[in-house]
Amino acid sequence: MTADVIRVERLSKKYILGEQGAGKRGLRHVIEDFVRTPSLRHRRPTRPQHDNELYALDDVSFGVERGDVFGIVGRNGSGKSTLLKILSRITEPTRGRIGIKGRVASLLEVGTGFHPELTGRENTYLNGAILGMTRAQITRRFDEIVAFAEIERFLDTPVKRYSSGMYLRLAFAVAAHLESELIVLDEVLAVGDAAFQQKCMNKMDEIAHSEGRTVLFVSHNMGAVQRLCRTALLLERGKVRRIGKPADVVVDYLSLDAELPSGIGQRSGPAGLAIEVQSSAGRAGRSVYMGEPLKLVVTLDVDAPVRNASVGIGIEAPSGERVVTFDTTLQHRESWGVERRAQLIVDWPECLLCPGTYRFVAALYDNGVDLARWYDAGRLTVLEADYFGTNQVPDARHQGRVFSKARWHITECLPD
Amino acid sequence: MTPKVHAQSDDFDVWIEAGQPNKHYWSELWHYRDLFLLLTWRNVAVRYKQTVAGTAWALLQPLLSLVVLTVVFGKVAGLPTEGGAPYALMIIAGLLPWQFFSSALTSGTQSIVSSSSLISKVYFPRIIVPSSAILASLVDFFVSCLILVALMVWYAFWPGWRLLALPFLVLLAMLAAIGPCLILAALAVRYRDVNFVVPFIIQFGLYVSPVAYSSSVIREKFGEGAFLAYSLNPMVGVIDAFRWAVLGTETLHGWGPGLSLTVAVVLFVWGLAYFRRAERAFADVI
Repeated sequence: MTADVIRVERLSKKYILGEQGAGKRGLRHVIEDFVRTPSLRHRRPTRPQHDNELYALDDVSFGVERGDVFGIVGRNGSGKSTLLKILSRITEPTRGRIGIKGRVASLLEVGTGFHPELTGRENTYLNGAILGMTRAQITRRFDEIVAFAEIERFLDTPVKRYSSGMYLRLAFAVAAHLESELIVLDEVLAVGDAAFQQKCMNKMDEIAHSEGRTVLFVSHNMGAVQRLCRTALLLERGKVRRIGKPADVVVDYLSLDAELPSGIGQRSGPAGLAIEVQSSAGRAGRSVYMGEPLKLVVTLDVDAPVRNASVGIGIEAPSGERVVTFDTTLQHRESWGVERRAQLIVDWPECLLCPGTYRFVAALYDNGVDLARWYDAGRLTVLEADYFGTNQVPDARHQGRVFSKARWHITECLPD
Repeated sequence: MTPKVHAQSDDFDVWIEAGQPNKHYWSELWHYRDLFLLLTWRNVAVRYKQTVAGTAWALLQPLLSLVVLTVVFGKVAGLPTEGGAPYALMIIAGLLPWQFFSSALTSGTQSIVSSSSLISKVYFPRIIVPSSAILASLVDFFVSCLILVALMVWYAFWPGWRLLALPFLVLLAMLAAIGPCLILAALAVRYRDVNFVVPFIIQFGLYVSPVAYSSSVIREKFGEGAFLAYSLNPMVGVIDAFRWAVLGTETLHGWGPGLSLTVAVVLFVWGLAYFRRAERAFADVI
């Protein structure tokens, strides 16, 4: 008999497309339908059609043992957030059930309920209460929260005067000090500038490893999943694809990545753009190992010919910080143009990025004038690897944005 | 059918399951009592921080209504007051609970929709949201009670110890407001045009409640049967009870007040049941 603290049994969640975004359908319409349909038999006007149904979760079962750090991975739309929402009791399942022992604290979102007019102190209490803390609990941990957020001096300032960094720090700090045996963490919570993100990740490590706590950890960061979790679950289109050791599940997740059509053309004004990532081994997908040679295959479509074109491709860290830019004006000597469609290949001899997930941004110029911009032109996942050949996989959290090979010369200086 | 193995089910504290009523509803509500007070406090604090006039606004609104209603109904229409009380005093004794009711109804109905970011991201007993909106309206009510006190001093009017019943009557007014609030708040999540219905209810309600006139006018002109029908409006009983306590007059007659109270209780029970059923889908449709 296992000591499951969470048991998910045949859980399904059905959404009826078009039902969300309510408000389009008013009470008025219901009354209209009621008046228009004369016989009772024909009433119930909009029974959902079957092709409108979407199973965000489809017959999912698993158990989580006490003290486990349980990772949940999957692509966007695989049902991760629906699962978390049901676990946190924000929404109900359609079928199946979840058994829970103890209280669940969910950190899916920071800063919910923050009010700009209220001070940092007031918002701390309000937000803590929203997350399920009692006033006494908040008071007990108040100093810790404030110290963690580094906002001591601004406690009695309305948060509308806070910088966005301060705001996020306070929001995370409140959430991170929840007291409960079962905690649901979403990795996107790591917010703010690089230093604070680091602090957030460390805090999450601390939460995950604290005694007797059971943690559900949702992440896109395979390094973090492997480092933190003891068990992992891979969701694909609402179904359980694999449960097991994090290392195995991560391999599965990455193979899933390769099945993706790697670039989906995106329109922006008069042009469309798709970026495909090709690693040295010829693997198409979105993931490469650190240090691997890398090709970005950019397909560009234009509505009208562009005579004197230039293109910039930027790679941004999750914080929004630009890490590197590839730009034809700087890196490509000849001038060029596009009639209808062009393929541009960026050949990067060595991917120097630290492990993590990055976002492409792109822009197209004609004679130096902006024609189109893409703010989210695809993702790139860089995986941890023994890049230096020293039988060590570096811990990406403490290594900055880029790696570089270097030679060390170490000489011992003997005292004269 | 999901196989249910009861021997194993028992050691889980909670089963999250479709359509299952929450067994821990009331104990959970108790756990979140601080949230209830903090949300109420937020609603009040934000309103008083944002408006320049602040307290003045809570006084000005009933004061202007008082003047208009007294002049139009007392002087122009020449309607009779109640017992020996000055007309203005009779008006304010009805206006205060009525304005509480209308502001509770307005803010309560909008409360869930305007907290959509909370509802879709965090779990807590949803009923806290409309309830704290109602409680926040009560703060305005207490502020505007200053007018009543001032008028009593002005007319040197002392109604007697019935005033001690006022706290209980305030609870009665809250009871009358909470039922309709819960129903409308839950409806507003699904049908946004509910927000347009509320001003109409309030406008209409002002005439079918004894705010600007005494309810004895209805009884005398239309008879006892019509008065009973009139008393189906729970605010009739609430306002009459306020006048009974504040003016010291015999406004409480026959079965009318009992009927109003019954309707208020029925609306409350129905509203609570409807809200609890509807709240499960809030996050999906909001």
